[in-house]
Amino acid sequence: MADVVVERGRVARATGARKGKSLRNALGRKSTVAFFLTLPLILLIAMLVLYPAFYSLYLATLNKAMTKFVGLSNFTFLFKRETFWMVVQQSCIFAITAVIFKALIGFIVAHFVHNIPGKKQRKWRGMLLVPWVIPPAMSTLAWLWLFDPSYSAFNYTLSFFGVGPIPWLGDTFWARFSVILVNVWYGAPFFLIMYLAALKSVPDQLYEAAAIDGANWWQKIWHITLPMMRNIIAITTLFSLIVTFANFDIVRILTSGGPLDTTHLFATWAFQVGIQSSDIPLGACVSLFMVPILAVAAIFILRDVSKRGNEA
Amino acid sequence: MSTLTIDKAGPSRKVKYGSMSRDRTWALRWSYFFLVLFAIFFLTPPIYMLITSLKSSAEISAATNPWWVFHPTLSNYVELLTSNQFLRFFWNSSMISIIVVIVTMLISIPAAFALARMKFWGSATLATGVFLTYLIPDSLLFIPLFKMLGVIQEYTGITLLNRWYVLLFIYPTLTVPFCTWIMIGYFASIPKELDEAALIDGASWLQTLTRIFIPVALPGLIAATIFAFTVSWAQFLYPLVFTTSVDQLVLPVGITTTLIKGDVFNWGQIMTGALLGAAPPLVIYAFLMDYYIAGLTAGATKG
Repeated sequence: MADVVVERGRVARATGARKGKSLRNALGRKSTVAFFLTLPLILLIAMLVLYPAFYSLYLATLNKAMTKFVGLSNFTFLFKRETFWMVVQQSCIFAITAVIFKALIGFIVAHFVHNIPGKKQRKWRGMLLVPWVIPPAMSTLAWLWLFDPSYSAFNYTLSFFGVGPIPWLGDTFWARFSVILVNVWYGAPFFLIMYLAALKSVPDQLYEAAAIDGANWWQKIWHITLPMMRNIIAITTLFSLIVTFANFDIVRILTSGGPLDTTHLFATWAFQVGIQSSDIPLGACVSLFMVPILAVAAIFILRDVSKRGNEA
Repeated sequence: MSTLTIDKAGPSRKVKYGSMSRDRTWALRWSYFFLVLFAIFFLTPPIYMLITSLKSSAEISAATNPWWVFHPTLSNYVELLTSNQFLRFFWNSSMISIIVVIVTMLISIPAAFALARMKFWGSATLATGVFLTYLIPDSLLFIPLFKMLGVIQEYTGITLLNRWYVLLFIYPTLTVPFCTWIMIGYFASIPKELDEAALIDGASWLQTLTRIFIPVALPGLIAATIFAFTVSWAQFLYPLVFTTSVDQLVLPVGITTTLIKGDVFNWGQIMTGALLGAAPPLVIYAFLMDYYIAGLTAGATKG
């Protein structure tokens, strides 16, 4: 992106010099202007993103009252707690399962939408994207009501098939299932839209050539669709992995981590420890454990983005 | 349905094979079948919100079919829309979202312009840095920000915690990086000839930005605006951590904390509140769907 640059600093400097005023010259200089244009952005990122990020590293080394430096003892304390390992495990289960299902459902539904005639695609796409548009805090309330222990509309429906009543949020397995289900429901439309855009960019000629060579639908997907969409699949999955791993709203509203802390993610547990039990250093410590996996995903995304930047 | 298929298949295929168009017809029928299934899955919660919001408390706790409204009533809506508390949440949310959108645009448009068109020392690094910032989630920063606000409050005596206006400073960290990133993409796609022509005509940098870049990249601008608005409207973690008094809450936090009184869940009102809270993004989406989707896909495809 940065390689699309106009060579006009020279022109600007030339006109500036002709006017002869040094202040005007300095103000008109490209780098000065650019600096002032990006200054608010730099300040915002430095003060409210970078500084807190490093501040949380510092906080994680303090004791609960934040009066003295305790080094890594917060970390070693966490390693000894069973809940911590459960949170690690549940975060990984949650993020990986949810992302896989979101990607699968997105991929499948994108194909169905792509199959139907063009005019109707708009309508269907509009309908299927609704979960992504509703603020997650609001839609999770609807799920909470659907999962209600005594008035669950799902259990009412299932009772006609002789199933249930299912303790959606009361039992460890079902609570984990439910939070993943809601996350898949919320995130799948994003994948759908991304894959649909990618599907449209695959040239029809490739499929026609494959059809002439006698390829079946599976071969078409495996040898044409997937390689053509590889980039977008990778980047969408990594994005979603970050967002899902750092998810807060859904688990907080649906279960608040229960039953018995079995559905806690890093974010919700950090909230409970750091804000509700006001042990800020320990909370900071918990949320810092998200950094490694986020960093790995970010490196892969960045590689992909800069690769495409160079191609452009 | 089948006639429609053949019509559709007609122009794209010059030689029509009987078996192929039959295959297509079946593929289409299956597509519709599964689309209906997925649509049911995707639309059940919002529709159930609507159903519940039209019920009275008595009907909600009655052992009748929950999927149907037997005695529709608007009492939940009337009650919420006349309650000062709920209107206060709505007002707080609207104020915050609108101001954050304006602040975001004021920061990200000039920055994107500089990063897309003026190559200066560190500009490529900064563009990458902006993108990386977008990947830092709110759940990583809420604890240090909470502590930071507390410390600043202690030193300056300005009340920051438990005030809605503090969110005006925090929300841009969520919106600015992404908006800058997609605006860089839109600005970079504008042909150089356009602003070179403006430069030759004697336009300043500012004039080039306001007269050429903003009008030409308007679709991107609208997409970024929609993104900033929906993100600010939906944000849940920061207001939950930074605000606690009832009159300082925004809609998502207000509904989840005040309408749930103890163990009594007034589901009719909760669903009504959630639906009203979901309404602004849904309305924007209904009218500006193409811009919304453009913003969504731009993040990953532009660059």
